[in-house]
Amino acid sequence: MRFKALSKETIERIKAEFPKYPNRRSLTLPALRIAQEDIGYVSEPAMIDIAELLDLTPIQVYEVATFYSQYNMKPVGKYLIQVCKTLSCSLVGAIPIIEYIQKKLEIAIGETSEDGFFTLKVVECLAACGSAPMMQINDRYYEQLTPEKVDQILSDLKTNGKSDLATGPFMLPVLQG
Amino acid sequence: MPKYELVLFKNMAQSGYTGSFTDYKKTGGYTAFEKVLKEGSPANIIDEVKKSGLRGRGGAGFPTGLKWSFIPKDHVGPRYLCCNADESEPGTYKDRQLMERDPHQMLEGMAICCYAIGAATAYIYIRGEFDLGAEILEDAIAEAYKAKVIGKDIFGSGFSLDIFVHRGAGAYICGEETALLESIEGKRGKPRIKPPFPAIHGLYQEPTVINNVETLANVPHIINRGAEWFASIGIGKSTGTRIFGVSGQVNRPGNYEVPMGVTVREMIYDIAGGIRGNKKLKAFIPGGASAPMMKPEHLDTPLDFESIKEAGSMLGSGAITVMDEDTCIVWAAMNLMEFFHHESCGQCTPCREGSGWVLQILRRIEQGHGREGDVDQLLDLCGRIEGKTVCAFGEAEIGPIVSSIKHFRAEFEQHISEKGCPFHPNAALSMAH
Repeated sequence: MRFKALSKETIERIKAEFPKYPNRRSLTLPALRIAQEDIGYVSEPAMIDIAELLDLTPIQVYEVATFYSQYNMKPVGKYLIQVCKTLSCSLVGAIPIIEYIQKKLEIAIGETSEDGFFTLKVVECLAACGSAPMMQINDRYYEQLTPEKVDQILSDLKTNGKSDLATGPFMLPVLQG
Repeated sequence: MPKYELVLFKNMAQSGYTGSFTDYKKTGGYTAFEKVLKEGSPANIIDEVKKSGLRGRGGAGFPTGLKWSFIPKDHVGPRYLCCNADESEPGTYKDRQLMERDPHQMLEGMAICCYAIGAATAYIYIRGEFDLGAEILEDAIAEAYKAKVIGKDIFGSGFSLDIFVHRGAGAYICGEETALLESIEGKRGKPRIKPPFPAIHGLYQEPTVINNVETLANVPHIINRGAEWFASIGIGKSTGTRIFGVSGQVNRPGNYEVPMGVTVREMIYDIAGGIRGNKKLKAFIPGGASAPMMKPEHLDTPLDFESIKEAGSMLGSGAITVMDEDTCIVWAAMNLMEFFHHESCGQCTPCREGSGWVLQILRRIEQGHGREGDVDQLLDLCGRIEGKTVCAFGEAEIGPIVSSIKHFRAEFEQHISEKGCPFHPNAALSMAH
């Protein structure tokens, strides 16, 4: 068995990206993303597999994985909550939202709730400054947050695996001067 | 009645507009691309874009046509276009709206640019957090292939083009054009030393143009309506409309498309509805976190590249962050320095280490442990970062610090002498992460 951590399906998903680029090394970011989508985080054996697949040394993959903030180097909860705290969000109440989530889930920043559902992270600007405060949970944005909305979102996710409060294509109306 | 004509937001302002290929086509979409493929020479397109005066909407404001003209005409081998959709400058969220609501507008601009510079491959570098945006773009690209407006031998012209989405993974620095190239090549996003410039040695060492989403979205309109029309909008050397993203303590935050040259006062008070709770304005940032802070006395400055520069800041990405009278400026500077310290790529010592030291001093001042001489120490540190780094990140990170001290030095001194923050003595101040 050539690959130890990545499934055949994951390998195939990565290989499907090959035609986009003139060389294998360019696949490093897509491969790490796909691996993380499939196994939840970027493990050392996964990085070794990626190196093997892309004809790279493991360190070439590792140095990329540790540079970018979206790769989880350790397992995280089923839902990764990332709340923005940069200036525009903080000016309109991001910090109380972060405190609220900490209290609600009884976890500190960087921790995972006991039931394994939620991990809380605080992150820098996610480009939703006009609809602040906001957070990203897995692959969706949640904007114009209030404690009540947070309650609803977390409860939806826990019971249904998704929430209607997730933002669709850019939520603010077209505004005219 | 709205005062200003919409250009980039015009389609999406129509009720029921979905941004699909069919909807875009109905508005006259892809006729500009068809026109240039059938009638226009690459040199004419570049001339037209030059004449329009279009300048980069990502931050630097470099003339777009000139950038395209730097691609060597006699180059043998591939050339590339990279669309910079790494929108990460704090306060900026316009490209997200353009991509999510009208993706084909930008794709058509990319296609025209590729024809003009002779590129057969283009990458959209979209920030990793924009999952929805990436999905929308992938769908739009699939529609465009299906409709044969990209792909092989487009409109029977012999010109072929592939467009791919390349997703980032969380790194502000990848919005810097050479870091973006490194990232597509599968490396850490560390900016390259320039020269050589990307027009000569860019992606995979081949000639490359890197343009922002909003810049490219303007291109079909310039082709359709002419350079003179475009140049008639705006003021002086700042032509066309600009999408200003207003955020912070205003009543109606949002992205507003207006001609360049409207004043900050009009933007904040008339267009964005003024300050929340009828409070007084204390400070604003006119062009994203990297742009130096400005004060109420600058409210009558027109929002164009030159005027904002003359007033001591920069128009940058057009992101206006508004702070009311209750905002602690030391806290705001600290908040932004947390961002820059987190995002420094670590390549250059002055930036990597300096950002940490500056942050440490700002934190102690804000938390009531400031020492006499700290303010001068901050300025000294900033001076040791400025101009001593590979990329412009060094200048960017000191902008908010130097400007906030320049405009609000007494507030820094007050924190030190009173051993605490007069604005929020008990509140949680920073979120370590």
